[in-house]
Amino acid sequence: MSAVPDSISRADIPYSARTGASSVSQLGAMPPYALELKDLRKSFGKTEIIRGASLAVSAGERIAVIGPNGAGKSTLFNLISGRFAPTSGEVLLNGHRIDGKRPFEINRLGLSRSFQITNIFPKLSVFENLRCGVLWSLGYRYTFLKFLAGLHDANERAEQLLDMIKLHRKRDVLAINLTYAEQRALEIGITIAGGANVILLDEPTAGMSKSETRRFIDLIKEVTVGKTLLTVEHDMGVVFGLADKIAVVVYGEVIAFDRPEAVRANARVQEAYLGSHVADAQVGAR
Amino acid sequence: MSSIPRQIDQSSSRTTGAAPPGARYYEFRPLNVGRWVIWSIFAIVLLGAPMVFTSSLAHTMLSQMGIAIIVCLSYNMLLGQGGMLSFGHAVYSGLGAFLAIHTLNLVSRGSLPLPVSLVPIVGGLAGMLFAVAFGWVTTKKAATPFAMITLGIGELVWAMSLMFPEFFGGEGGVSGNRVTGPAPLGITFGPQIQLYYLIAVYTFICTALMFAFTRTPLGRMLNAVRDNPERVEFVGYDTQKVRYLSFVIAAFFAGISGGLAALNFEIVTSEVVSGPRSGAYLLFTFLGGATFFFGPILGAILMVLAFVLLSELTKAWLLYLGLVFTFMVMYAPGGIASLIMMNLRVAAFGRFRQLWVSYLALAVTALIVLLGAAAMIEMVYHLKLNAALGPELHFLGVTLDAQGLNSWFGSVFVMLTGLGLFEVTRRHFVRQWGEIQEFIEKETKRRESL
Repeated sequence: MSAVPDSISRADIPYSARTGASSVSQLGAMPPYALELKDLRKSFGKTEIIRGASLAVSAGERIAVIGPNGAGKSTLFNLISGRFAPTSGEVLLNGHRIDGKRPFEINRLGLSRSFQITNIFPKLSVFENLRCGVLWSLGYRYTFLKFLAGLHDANERAEQLLDMIKLHRKRDVLAINLTYAEQRALEIGITIAGGANVILLDEPTAGMSKSETRRFIDLIKEVTVGKTLLTVEHDMGVVFGLADKIAVVVYGEVIAFDRPEAVRANARVQEAYLGSHVADAQVGAR
Repeated sequence: MSSIPRQIDQSSSRTTGAAPPGARYYEFRPLNVGRWVIWSIFAIVLLGAPMVFTSSLAHTMLSQMGIAIIVCLSYNMLLGQGGMLSFGHAVYSGLGAFLAIHTLNLVSRGSLPLPVSLVPIVGGLAGMLFAVAFGWVTTKKAATPFAMITLGIGELVWAMSLMFPEFFGGEGGVSGNRVTGPAPLGITFGPQIQLYYLIAVYTFICTALMFAFTRTPLGRMLNAVRDNPERVEFVGYDTQKVRYLSFVIAAFFAGISGGLAALNFEIVTSEVVSGPRSGAYLLFTFLGGATFFFGPILGAILMVLAFVLLSELTKAWLLYLGLVFTFMVMYAPGGIASLIMMNLRVAAFGRFRQLWVSYLALAVTALIVLLGAAAMIEMVYHLKLNAALGPELHFLGVTLDAQGLNSWFGSVFVMLTGLGLFEVTRRHFVRQWGEIQEFIEKETKRRESL
């Protein structure tokens, strides 16, 4: 019998409030953006993939990042999450510079991401997968002087996550033995496990059927309540249903960033991208 | 290792989602009877083994098994739990052994008041310190580069062992005498049996500690790093640090085993840091089974049996060992431990009865193949090594003529017959096994949906 450990209830509080880290106040003006990109550039060899992308996302906004294949959406996510270091430009998370930091440092600052290709711990059980996602955020770091079984807050939080992603029936199943849709759900579970307040989802519904996608989007909405969400998505039905705002990436630039209706009406977007995909979506919706 | 006790009742967590902070949770912690039984059996086996096997050869071998168990388990922290294929683990057990024997000599000279029973700890600390230095380099990388660097460091230390005879003792090694210092309760560690019990205590404690490690946050993150290092970086962990810390801890236990070996043999030669030694750790840890915690214990027992008994039995023992290793890598990559666990699973579903006839048939036919093959191997070795004794040799009570056509044809015939029969029984077994696995899968699905 024990009370709820503080750390559980704290896990969902934004990082800055949790740790007391002071946000950079801009001369008492408006609070910093949850995530801000300033003229971000990335070259591989001589090819410039991201050419001066800029974006400012306020806390709590849900952004869909769309764009044709090869436009640099995934690369953009990789730059933000620290998988690659940008060639130039800045990435700010809650007003702190994070460009050039390692992925784990960025994660500790409150940004978490999922992957387009399922990226889980195949030989660990579903529960263990989630607990691995929880441990650092609850401050257990690299300890080998405590038993996992005794970490009530971590176990409690992992059980909560199991319920949230609706995999409690598969609690002790190895992740490798889950169905594809279940693995995608687990992927999301690991992503939100640490309680990060900025979440990047890279094509969360890739490879799913229509009905699976619909259910999955509801799940994503449910588990990311109150968080800042950026998601790469191809299914236009999903995009317009999920997002407050849409960022259109074409040739490594953000050419439009606005409410869905405004983006739909944007001539440049229609010309570059949207038209064909709206047609696709309509065909797909049938 | 795979069955994780459910420490928190699921039904309790169902209700926690909406509960306000400060609410009380019901927690259910069953006493894990199975684990108590297993650890008690382990302790009893360690205690009772020298009473069952009373010969002095048995005591020597049992002591070596304890030492090997510690080092193979520590190696498996890297291989099985961390996915780190090290080719230089003997560096840490070996340097631990050297530091331990030098410490023992200091104790003998009276310049260090340390009980002999604690000398292995010195070995452990030495292994750990060397890992703090070398591990920093090796664990910077994972996978293949990691393996290469461990190989490099192994070669480096091996080369150094020839360059610094003052420390490594050159050709003759460094010898010591473990009967020294005060003898509390008359324990001098002179008789092998006294040393065996010291080794047994260390073996039990080290095994328990290494098992405990697998249940800690660092231990679990080490598994995660093995499975998917990239993802680990995105849940807040520095994979390099996870590998480094685990590497240092593994080296500590390797060093303890080295220290015990120094006490056991009372001599340490540079062979203990050599590549072949590292290779033996790898080989037998793998044979025992890297995917289960207890696998390396089986591997360690096999290692001592092979090194002491098999090498007495035949000159071609390394060849046989290589054959066994090759077959295991190809057909049972989970090692003996996984073979046992797979069959326990079949037994748990009540289908083992069907299999034992097949197993018997497989064993008999495999034995026939082995008989034919072994006869030929022994004849070749006899021709190469014992040509001066004439072409005749005794093999399992039969006189073979290494230059006679009859012997060769006979051996080939036995082996081919065996192979044919083996293949027939193998096909039958594979079909049977597949059916049983299908049944088990259906059954688990059915139970899940209940």
